[in-house]
Amino acid sequence: MALTRAQVEGIAHLARLELDPAEVPQYERSLSRIVDFIGELERANTAGVAPMAHPLPGLAQRLRADEVTERDEHDLYQRNAPAVASGLYLVPKVIE
Amino acid sequence: MMIDRRTVTQLAADLRARKVSSVELVRACLPRIEASQPTLNAFVTVTAEQALAQAQAADRELAAGRGGPLAGVPIGHKDLFCTAGVRTTCGSRMLENFVAPYDATVVARLKAAGAVMLGKLNMDEFAMGSSNETSYFGPVRNPWNTDLVPGGSSGGCAAAVAARLLPAATATDTGGSIRQPAAFCGVTGIKPTYGRVSRYGMIAFASSLDQGGVIAQTAEDCARVLRSMAGFDPRDSTSVDIPVPDYLAGLDAPLAGVRIGLLKEFFDTGLEADYERRVREALAVFERLGARLCELSLPNIPRSVPAYYVVAPAECSSNLARYDGVRFGHRCRNPRDLTDLYKRSRSEGFGAEVKRRIMTGTYVLSAGYYDAYYLKAQRVRRLITGDFERAFAEVDLLMGPTTPTAAFALGAKSADPITMYLNDIYTISANLAGLPAMSVPCGFAGGLPVGLQIIGPHFAEQRLLHAAHRFQLETDWHTRVPERCA
Amino acid sequence: MNTHLGTPVSADAGTRQGGAWETVIGLEIHAQLATRSKIFSGAATAYGAPPNTQACLVDLGYPGVLPVLNAEAVRMAVRFGLAIGAQIARQSVFARKNYFYPDLPKGYQISQYELPIVAGGTLEIVLEDGSRKRIGVTRAHLEEDAGKSLHEGLAGLTGIDLNRAGTPLLEIVSEPQMRSAREAVAYMKKVHTLVRYLEICDGNMQEGSFRCDANVSVRPAGSEKLGTRTEIKNVNSFRYVEKAIQYEVARQIELIESGGKVIQETRLFDPDRGETRSMRSKEEANDYRYFPDPDLLPLELEAAYIEAVRAELPELPDAKAARFSAQYGLSDYDAGVLTASRELADYYEAVTRAVPGQSKLAANWVMGELAAALHKDGLEIGAGKLPAERLAGLLARIADGTISGKIAKEVFEVMWASGTSADDVIASKGLQQITDTGAIERAIEDVMAHHPAQLAEFRAGKDKLFGFFVGQVMKATQGKANPAQLNALLKKKLPG
Repeated sequence: MALTRAQVEGIAHLARLELDPAEVPQYERSLSRIVDFIGELERANTAGVAPMAHPLPGLAQRLRADEVTERDEHDLYQRNAPAVASGLYLVPKVIE
Repeated sequence: MMIDRRTVTQLAADLRARKVSSVELVRACLPRIEASQPTLNAFVTVTAEQALAQAQAADRELAAGRGGPLAGVPIGHKDLFCTAGVRTTCGSRMLENFVAPYDATVVARLKAAGAVMLGKLNMDEFAMGSSNETSYFGPVRNPWNTDLVPGGSSGGCAAAVAARLLPAATATDTGGSIRQPAAFCGVTGIKPTYGRVSRYGMIAFASSLDQGGVIAQTAEDCARVLRSMAGFDPRDSTSVDIPVPDYLAGLDAPLAGVRIGLLKEFFDTGLEADYERRVREALAVFERLGARLCELSLPNIPRSVPAYYVVAPAECSSNLARYDGVRFGHRCRNPRDLTDLYKRSRSEGFGAEVKRRIMTGTYVLSAGYYDAYYLKAQRVRRLITGDFERAFAEVDLLMGPTTPTAAFALGAKSADPITMYLNDIYTISANLAGLPAMSVPCGFAGGLPVGLQIIGPHFAEQRLLHAAHRFQLETDWHTRVPERCA
Repeated sequence: MNTHLGTPVSADAGTRQGGAWETVIGLEIHAQLATRSKIFSGAATAYGAPPNTQACLVDLGYPGVLPVLNAEAVRMAVRFGLAIGAQIARQSVFARKNYFYPDLPKGYQISQYELPIVAGGTLEIVLEDGSRKRIGVTRAHLEEDAGKSLHEGLAGLTGIDLNRAGTPLLEIVSEPQMRSAREAVAYMKKVHTLVRYLEICDGNMQEGSFRCDANVSVRPAGSEKLGTRTEIKNVNSFRYVEKAIQYEVARQIELIESGGKVIQETRLFDPDRGETRSMRSKEEANDYRYFPDPDLLPLELEAAYIEAVRAELPELPDAKAARFSAQYGLSDYDAGVLTASRELADYYEAVTRAVPGQSKLAANWVMGELAAALHKDGLEIGAGKLPAERLAGLLARIADGTISGKIAKEVFEVMWASGTSADDVIASKGLQQITDTGAIERAIEDVMAHHPAQLAEFRAGKDKLFGFFVGQVMKATQGKANPAQLNALLKKKLPG
């Protein structure tokens, strides 16, 4: 199945990726190839087969005791942040 | 500078016997690493100072008769294991300057065992690739022939061990990223059972498939390193709370009576003739050792690659959403607005293959396609797992080739993603089913290393290591060193 | 203090208001669970800390870190489910809801989607006419809260504080069964009461611990088909919920009646203007791409665990109200008011136990003078301003005739202001009631002597003047004469 340019652009937007207009045809081609390739799964007979999200069967979520184990380390954690002020991470104005 | 061919096992013993000091080892390794960088490019970051400090500390411990099982042994970490104070790039521009404020559980455990970190090893960007060509820091080259790729995504790890820059390295395997480069570079690698090694601090590609492991010269070394890094971690919900056996125990036991299954689907079209001959010769060795061979067919195995290329991109598209230029990682200059900040930061920070996988994953999860792709792939995943369960009711281990061909030339498969993806055709199924699997050097085809893949049932690492070790007692493929490095 | 539970609501305000229109409302309530640490990390959940000081690596979505589920959040969700008679899922699954927003650090929210922990319960609300209505709870699921965006004083930028990110939320989704804004408020109050009874949420609406999204639509009365709904986001007061829904209903009816069409969208309530407006920024086609979170395994609960949680449930509001009616002889209304919060109910019971046989008197005082005083000072019942024993001490003096109800109000005011006991106030101010017959007789005789004209008129048949004499004696005794005794003695003495 061939993906259209509009589809590729829609996917890129959903994934918050900006594609150079010149790159779009290339992604159109390669993504179409991939979609064809994975489309092969359609032929598998999976009637009555439950989806498997985890590779180990029968394991259940473990629970953590409700304890505060973390300290304030925001100075350290914000060393990787590109823009901070007064302890806040900065982004362009968000309009609600 | 003399190449150090000693294994982890030998080095640990020599260090403990004070035949060599850790500082001496580190001083010998560092210049060799420096010298190798222009050709191999196996390292993203070399941590000379920290390594010397750690080595001195290890020497003091050893002098006092203390020190962990790996005290003073130099190792490297794939550059997706977070290391406190040392940058962790994931082979991406996105994390070019990212310094984690914490150690991954694997890093902390190996540190506690006394291992000395020499640096962070190059890899495909966010572990997405089979050739190490997607790294933002440039491709790694194969020590056997620098025109060729080392495999991926743990290409830097495999190349460094093959060139004997290091005796061992941590690595990760999502669809073959330990086994395929180990095969291409003629070294030994193990991907343990999903949940055996903590994923905490291991930067995620595809969470339900990623598993940390080891690349080393021998199975015995893999056992030795794995013993120190495996085990339950309360910080990882998918980590399994089962005691870690002593992987070194019983390695020498006879193999007689072990049932080995050969997967018909792994010897099908696409497998290079010479490669197949080496694998069959290796199987004959096992037969001589008393193992019983039989052929099996697992009909759903051929669907592994398409199933994987739904599940892995789906998880990756979500895992990589956190790279938005706000709290860490690359941020574009002068964003006009929020959307511009997101789009340009991500587009500048990620390379083409990562973007392609993010988009594939976004597509298969999106409204109208989720059932047809994502859910369908998860159903196929169960079928594949069921196939393996049936196989392991009959045999103890499965064996076959690690890859369909030996290492290929740089650029040879970059044009078409599917050609590249099919390189992992034999390795991917073990990840989908969460099974432990190894690649062991078993000869040469056209002068290039060939890998024998061994797959076992869940938590049968010991069985894999045992078989591989016995094979390595009978053969010397794992001791071969590329001529240019010798 | 919340005295809202029993407040009767109009049975069908929407229909009346719009004439031919019926309003359909469903609520999604977000209750922050009162855990110490976050749902997937060990960071503290305390409110009001400086920005990002309670955001650990997991809350920040740092590369490599992983979530581990908080046992207490699970237990609290189960408590809620059991309290509304819902099914507790033996297996529930955490999924990722994927979207980009600066207050969402990972680019996805961990939430339960297809398999929630709680499904299918009911709550009962009391309508204006005293009738009761059952509202279905479709589901309640666990999820993580997002951070906060701050826009003030940042020179055209937005600042992100992730302290709230990862705080456990229970999202409680109702069936679209409410037919008026007042029903919706009654339902919301009911949930509010319940979560505080269960001690799973502090219910603090100013701090955003308890907030709701309202889905509102209208349809021609009698129609089976639902109209197009709008979703009013993040309303954090009962009053605003009522106003927002009323506004929205009126807006939709007006729109349709003038030939327009309601579009499905997210709207925000502006309390200053009292109106809702479209939220464009979140409006672009959302495709959340839910899928099971591979970092978390299915949550499995054993029957024994569920039963253990059930065994620990406190007496719930409805049961308590029914018991109050039966045990203390209270009206349904009073019982409802007194059980609106666990603290209030406990307080009332402590008072009434200390003054046996005076449960109605206790109810009147708790709902009357005490509630008014608390309200005036902006205090909660739990603040301990007037311990139950103190109030009981006052009521005991009314009961034994030491003081009259009128004097008691005076005593109460002093007790409230000074924190002293009723007996101390009565003694120090000499407010003790006069019950000595001789003393009252002397006072009556004195009044009769000073008002001969009135006495003559009374004796000539002007019965109305009886009250005049009561008043004069009370005045002379500073209101301390025992009213019953006074009455009897006056009846004896006045006729001559």
